[in-house]
Amino acid sequence: MPAITEKIMKIIFWLSGMAIIFFLAGIMFTLLSNSIPAFEEIGLKPFFTDGVWRPSAFAEPTYSLLNMIMGTFMVTAGALAFAVPVGIAAAAYLSEIASPWEREFFKPIVEILAGIPSVVLGFIGLVVLAPLLAAVFNIPSGINALNGAILVGVMALPTIITLAEDAITAVPGEYRHASLALGATRWQTIWKVTIPAAFSGISAAVMLGMGRAIGETMTVLMVTGNMIARPTSYLDSVRTLSANIAVEIGDVVFNSLHFHALFVVGLVLFMITFIVNLMADILIHRKPEVNR
Amino acid sequence: MNRNKNISSVREWKGAELAGCWLLRFSLILVLFILGFIIYDLVSKGLEVINWEFLSDSPRVGMTEGGILPAIIGTFYVTLITIAFAVPFGVAAAIYLNEYAVQGRITRLVRMALRNLAGVPSIVFGLFGMAVFVKLFGFGPSLIAAGFTLGLLTLPVTVTAAEEALSTVPRSYREGSFALGATRWQVVRTVVLPRAMPGILTGTILGLARAAGETAPILATGAAFFLPYLPDSVFSQFMALPYHLFIMSTQHHDIAAVRPIAYGTALVLVVLVFFLNLVAVVLRRRFRSRAAKGL
Repeated sequence: MPAITEKIMKIIFWLSGMAIIFFLAGIMFTLLSNSIPAFEEIGLKPFFTDGVWRPSAFAEPTYSLLNMIMGTFMVTAGALAFAVPVGIAAAAYLSEIASPWEREFFKPIVEILAGIPSVVLGFIGLVVLAPLLAAVFNIPSGINALNGAILVGVMALPTIITLAEDAITAVPGEYRHASLALGATRWQTIWKVTIPAAFSGISAAVMLGMGRAIGETMTVLMVTGNMIARPTSYLDSVRTLSANIAVEIGDVVFNSLHFHALFVVGLVLFMITFIVNLMADILIHRKPEVNR
Repeated sequence: MNRNKNISSVREWKGAELAGCWLLRFSLILVLFILGFIIYDLVSKGLEVINWEFLSDSPRVGMTEGGILPAIIGTFYVTLITIAFAVPFGVAAAIYLNEYAVQGRITRLVRMALRNLAGVPSIVFGLFGMAVFVKLFGFGPSLIAAGFTLGLLTLPVTVTAAEEALSTVPRSYREGSFALGATRWQVVRTVVLPRAMPGILTGTILGLARAAGETAPILATGAAFFLPYLPDSVFSQFMALPYHLFIMSTQHHDIAAVRPIAYGTALVLVVLVFFLNLVAVVLRRRFRSRAAKGL
């Protein structure tokens, strides 16, 4: 009897492990298979040629993703422009300078920030940041790409800080001591020795933060205005790939062309984040700088 | 990690270096400020609408009055389903990775899939849930479709936490049991799992916190704008706190009038998520210190 239980349990656990691969593959397959009818009907080109996304237009629906890709790019780039320097500086401080007391104090703060639901950040963007931006830039509404970029930057910060700190902490103490012994100042040691030694780990942190920023949905949906026109500046309203799905997923007709086109948007979004995460993965597991 | 490898204490920094040090420190103070501001804003404006009626009543008069009880209950139900899906799966997958599998190409592939699953945007989970659970399986927009969708999303959290918990159980425990003639499943069931339980619980709670705050995956898998009744089966639609906040701040016909309700909802949601995270952190700390002592 026990031998049979033993076999059954082994199979159950094996299946559960394989299920993880199956789920990821299932997501890919679902996105792809639901996109194919759209590709068959309208082809690949209309998605990537100049124009706007107007799939439910009565007369002549158009399916260009370009403005949305640009919107995603603007929000992500803006978010990283703010979150990367702040995040790396915070990680360097936590790892290299902070006293144990400061570390005990600041690390939970970073974790709490990571725990704030994105819909709550979106709400804050709506009620606090939008009026503030409107006043600062003297524009009628602060619902724009800049608002989204700032909030998504806040969302990406905890990811970048935590992972970059791990990477910097993992640099062996000898590196620092050697640098100091050669007469480098502490500041030089941090910027010329420690951080370069942790470079691939820090890049991975940035990539994962970027992955989060690209996929972030609710915050962006609530604060960027979701206009389909081509944005010309950060003070314009933009619509990102993720927000576009969220806007239209509620009332799209099942199995319509619009439905399948929406999966094309999902597929593009998935592929972008997949590649970014894969690059982060490769960077994390390279760790060539620590040869002991 | 080595905690005493700091180059020096801040007190020894001087001149330009001290300025640089403060520049770095300022970035953390900025993080603190952002968090402090968010919490201050939510508490100062949310607290005034939160009373017993707000927590125990349904929305009334076109959602401009009344409370958020159905949203609290809906979030409670959907996270229960999430956990019922994600925890057994997550623990079993972690047992496979940590106890059964020979470490090699396949486990590397599973772990890579796990990390990529963690990076899939939440709205893509929403699309998947709608196509598979709502349509293909025919659940319709429901608690179970949304719960399964959120379950997939939280799977990386539960697997990672369970694996960490399993790996803190000393090898000698397993070897001792094997030496006494126990089979692998007996070892896992009677020795490893009980020791790893607090860590698994931590992961479960972290998963709960994550699922409770997610909005995008439930947009089209079961969350309802407004329901006059509470869900009565797993196939019912439901109201949920994050979705309610989204509606009250962007979709309601009189956004300005319902702003206080939105603040109250946001505060309840944040308090719930913080509370769950806090429990998880406390549990993890106790668990880790016990593991460090080798008890």
